[in-house]
Amino acid sequence: MDLIFEGIIKAFWLLVTFDPEVMSIMFLSLKISGSATLVSLFIGLSAGSALALTQFPGKKIVVGAVNTGMGLPPVVVGLFVSIFLWRSGPLGFLELLYTPTAIIIAQSIIATPIVTGITLASLQQLPKKMRLQILALGASRAQMVWMLVKEAKLPLLAAVMAGFGGVISEIGASIMVGGNIKGYSRVLTTATVMETSKGNFDIAIALSIILLFLAYLINLVLTYVQQRERPR
Amino acid sequence: MKIKGFLKTVFVVTAVLIAFLGAQPAVDEAFAQQKNIILATTTSTQDSGLLDVLIPVFEKKTGYFVKTIAVGSGQAMAMGQKGEADVLLVHSPAAEKKFVADGFGINRRLVMHNDFIVVGPGQDPAKIKGIKSSVDVFKKIASTGNLFISRADKSGTDVKEKDIWKAGAIKYEGQKWYHETGLGMGQTLNIASEKKAYTLADRGTYLALKKRLDLDILAEGDAILLNIYHVIEVNPAKFPKVNAPGGKAFADFMVSKETQDMIKTFGVDKFGSPLFFPDAGKKVEDLGK
Amino acid sequence: MSETSAFSVPGSDTQHGASNIQLPATDAILSARNLRVVRGGVTILDVPEFVVREGEVLCLIGPNGAGKTTLLQNICYLHKSFEGEVMFRGKIIGKDHGVFDYRRRVAMVFQEPLLFDTTVFKNVASGLTFRGVDKKEIRKRVAENLERFGIAHLRDRSARTLSGGEAQRTSLARAFATKPEILFLDEPFASLDPPTREGLTRDLEKILLESQTTTISATHDRNEALRLSDRIAFMRNGKIEQLGTPAELVNNPLDEFVASFVGVETVLTGNVVGKGEGGTWIVSVSGKDIEVTEPLSEGESVVIHISPENVILSNNFVSKKTSLRNYFAARITCIMPMGPFIKVYLDCGFPLVAYITNESKESLGLSEEKAVTASFKATAVQVIARKETEID
Repeated sequence: MDLIFEGIIKAFWLLVTFDPEVMSIMFLSLKISGSATLVSLFIGLSAGSALALTQFPGKKIVVGAVNTGMGLPPVVVGLFVSIFLWRSGPLGFLELLYTPTAIIIAQSIIATPIVTGITLASLQQLPKKMRLQILALGASRAQMVWMLVKEAKLPLLAAVMAGFGGVISEIGASIMVGGNIKGYSRVLTTATVMETSKGNFDIAIALSIILLFLAYLINLVLTYVQQRERPR
Repeated sequence: MKIKGFLKTVFVVTAVLIAFLGAQPAVDEAFAQQKNIILATTTSTQDSGLLDVLIPVFEKKTGYFVKTIAVGSGQAMAMGQKGEADVLLVHSPAAEKKFVADGFGINRRLVMHNDFIVVGPGQDPAKIKGIKSSVDVFKKIASTGNLFISRADKSGTDVKEKDIWKAGAIKYEGQKWYHETGLGMGQTLNIASEKKAYTLADRGTYLALKKRLDLDILAEGDAILLNIYHVIEVNPAKFPKVNAPGGKAFADFMVSKETQDMIKTFGVDKFGSPLFFPDAGKKVEDLGK
Repeated sequence: MSETSAFSVPGSDTQHGASNIQLPATDAILSARNLRVVRGGVTILDVPEFVVREGEVLCLIGPNGAGKTTLLQNICYLHKSFEGEVMFRGKIIGKDHGVFDYRRRVAMVFQEPLLFDTTVFKNVASGLTFRGVDKKEIRKRVAENLERFGIAHLRDRSARTLSGGEAQRTSLARAFATKPEILFLDEPFASLDPPTREGLTRDLEKILLESQTTTISATHDRNEALRLSDRIAFMRNGKIEQLGTPAELVNNPLDEFVASFVGVETVLTGNVVGKGEGGTWIVSVSGKDIEVTEPLSEGESVVIHISPENVILSNNFVSKKTSLRNYFAARITCIMPMGPFIKVYLDCGFPLVAYITNESKESLGLSEEKAVTASFKATAVQVIARKETEID
C-alpha cells in the first residue's frame, strides 16, 4: 500500500514539476499518435466518403472488411509491419524498423479502418436527401462532399477521437516496431510497461495518469457529440 | 475533376502537417541512416540502467545512433540470426558459441560479468539458506514444492536456470510449483515478490529493484551462477545490410578502458556495491576466482 | 373546350394527356421528350412529352408511387437515371447546355427542410455561397428573402431550434435566394400541421405571384394544387395521365380515380364584365353571367369555385325576387349516387355540380337529360385565383 501511495504522490510531483523525462515521453507520444491520426484521417476520410457516396457491386464486402478492420489487434499489425520492415523484408531497404516512423505506420494502419468506418457511418446517418438538397442548391460535387463532411463534422470529430484514442493507448505494435528506444521511440504505453518492470512505479503512475487524462478528454468530446441533435 | 482537386488539397495539408509534426525524427534519420546501430541486448542491461549511462557516451563520441532493443538473450540472438541487429550484448555462453560457430556472429569478446543469485521470501519456507551448491538449492525447492518463477523467455538467465535443473536431473516442466512468466527480469522479480516465490535473478537487476521487492538473497557464490556478458558483432559477410563498422565500433567501445571503468563504478553510488564487474581481456575460466 | 363536350362525365375521352397540349415553342422554359426511368426491370416513369411554360405554376398530383418525385428529381438533374432528353430554354441539357450550369439556374425544396447545422442566415446564404456570390450581395439577398418569408427575426438562430414551419420557411427562403429560373417543390408542406400549412401556402401563393417564378410542385394536397397552380398534371403509374388547368381537371376528370383525387366540384374560369345590382360583380362564364359578392375589378380574369352543397335544384323557374342571385336553366347530364347523397352533374352552358339527398331526387323526379333550374347565392361563389390574362 505504501508503495502505491508513495508512487502516486511522486507521480503528481513529476507531473506538476513537468519532469523532463515524463514530458518528453508524453510529447513524443502525442506527436507519433497525432501524426498517425492525421494520416489515417486523410486516408479514412477519403475512403469513408468515397464508400458512403458511391454504389458499386461488392460494396457490402468492402464495408464488412472495414468494420472488421476497426477491431484490428495492434499486435497483429505490429507483427506484419515488422515483417515488412525487417532488413530481410520487402521494405527493409527503407531502414524504418525501430523508428518513430515505423510506429506511425503501424498506428495509421490501426486507426485508418476506425476513421473510415466512422466516416462511412456518420455520412450514412445524414438524411438521404441531404445530398440531393445540396446539389439542388447549386453545389459542385466537391462542394457537396465538403458540405456533407461539414454536416457530419461532429461524428467525424468522434472518428478523430476514436482513432487517436485507439492508437495512443495501444502497446503491441509500438513496442514491436518501435523497440521502446529511450527518447526516440519510447511512448507512454511502452514506457509504462518498462518502468513498471523496472520497479519505477512513480514514473509508471505518472505516465498512466496522462493516459487516463487523455482518455477522459476523448470520452468527454465523444459524449458531447453523441448528445447533440441534428436540425430538421 | 473537382473532387480530385479537393482531395489533393487535403493530401497536401496532411503531408505538410506530418512533415511538420511527426517526421522530425524521420528527417534526422534520413541523413543519419548509416549512423544507426541496432543493439540487441538483454533486459537485464537495460533494466539495471547501465546502458542509459554508457550509450549516450558512445553516441557523443562516435556520432552513431544506437537503437537498443531489449529482449532476452535468446531473442537477441534470433534477431542476429536474421541480420536484424548489428551487434549483440548477451549472456548465454553456450548459445553464443553456437551462434558464432554457425557463422552468424564474429569477434565475440568478453565484456563483464555479474552473478546470478537465488532470491526468495525472507522466511525461506524451503530452507535453502546456507546450501552452497545451486543444484542442491534447486533440488530442495523442488522437493518442498515451493513456488518457483521462471522467466521462460530463453534469456541468459532462463538458460542458466535450465542448466541448473538439468545438472541436477530435476523434473520441473509442468510441475505445479513451477510458473513461467515469459517476461523480463524486473517483472519476473516483481511477480516473485508478490507471490512469495523463489526465482533466479541477476544481481544487477535485483539490486536495482531491491527496495521495491520483498525478496532476499538466499543463495549465491556458486561458480555455476556466474552471469557472463559477451559482445558479438553480427557477421556482415552473411548479412550485407548489417552496419558492420557501427557494430564493431560499439563492440570496441564496450571493451575499451574508459567503458570498463564506467562499468566498474556503475551502481556504487546508488547501491553501495557495483552491479557489474568489468572483464575485458580476461579469460572466462579465470572469472569468479 | 367545346360547348357540347365540355361537361363530360367520368369515362369521357376528351381533352387529356400530354399529347393534346400544343404550345408555341417560345413559351417553353423546360421541355422533356421520351423520358423513361426503368428500375429493376420495372418502368417507373414514362413521359413521352412534358412542357413547362415560362412563369407558370405547374402542380403534379397523384397517388404515392405515381412517379412525381422521380420526375422532379430527374428534370432537376439531381441524378440522371433516365433515358430521353430534357431541354432548358430550347437547349438539350447535357448536350447543348451544361448540367452543372443548369442546376445553378434552378432550385429544389423537399418535404423535409434539410437544413444545415448552422444559423438560419448561413442556411439561406448557402446556395449563394456555392456560387461564390460576394458577401455584400449575399447579405442583401438573404435579408430580402428572410423578410419575404417572415423569418427575419430568426436570422441568427441555430437551425436546430426551429419549429417545423420555421424550418420549411428557411428552406424555401434558401431556394428563393438563388433566384431560380425554375423552382422545384417536392411536397414542401406535407409534413406540416394544417394551420401551419395553410399559412405557408398562402404566403407562397403570394410570393409566387409577385416573383413570377416558374414552379413545378409535387403535392398530395388538392387544395394546395387548386390554389397555386396554373396547370395540374395528374400522374399515375409513372405516366402523366391528364394535364390541364385546374378547371379542366376538376370539371372534366379523365376517370373516377382522377375525379376522386381532385374532387369533383365546380371550378370555372371567367371574365369580370361589370357591376351587378347591390354591389355585386358580374363574371361572364361561357357567355353566362354569374353574380359574385367578392370585390373584383372589371376586365379581370378569375377562377371561381362553387361548392356543390350550395347549389339548389328545382323543377320550376322561380321568380327572381329572392336572395338567390344566380338562376340557370340546366340539363342533367349524369346522376351519381354517392352513398348518403347524390351527385348531380349539370350543364348550364357551363358545368355545374350539385349535391342533393335521395329524398329530393325522388320528390323532384330527377333523371338524366331532364331540364331543371339550378340556383345559388352570390355569396356561395368563391374566387380562388385571379390572372392578368387567362391561358387557354
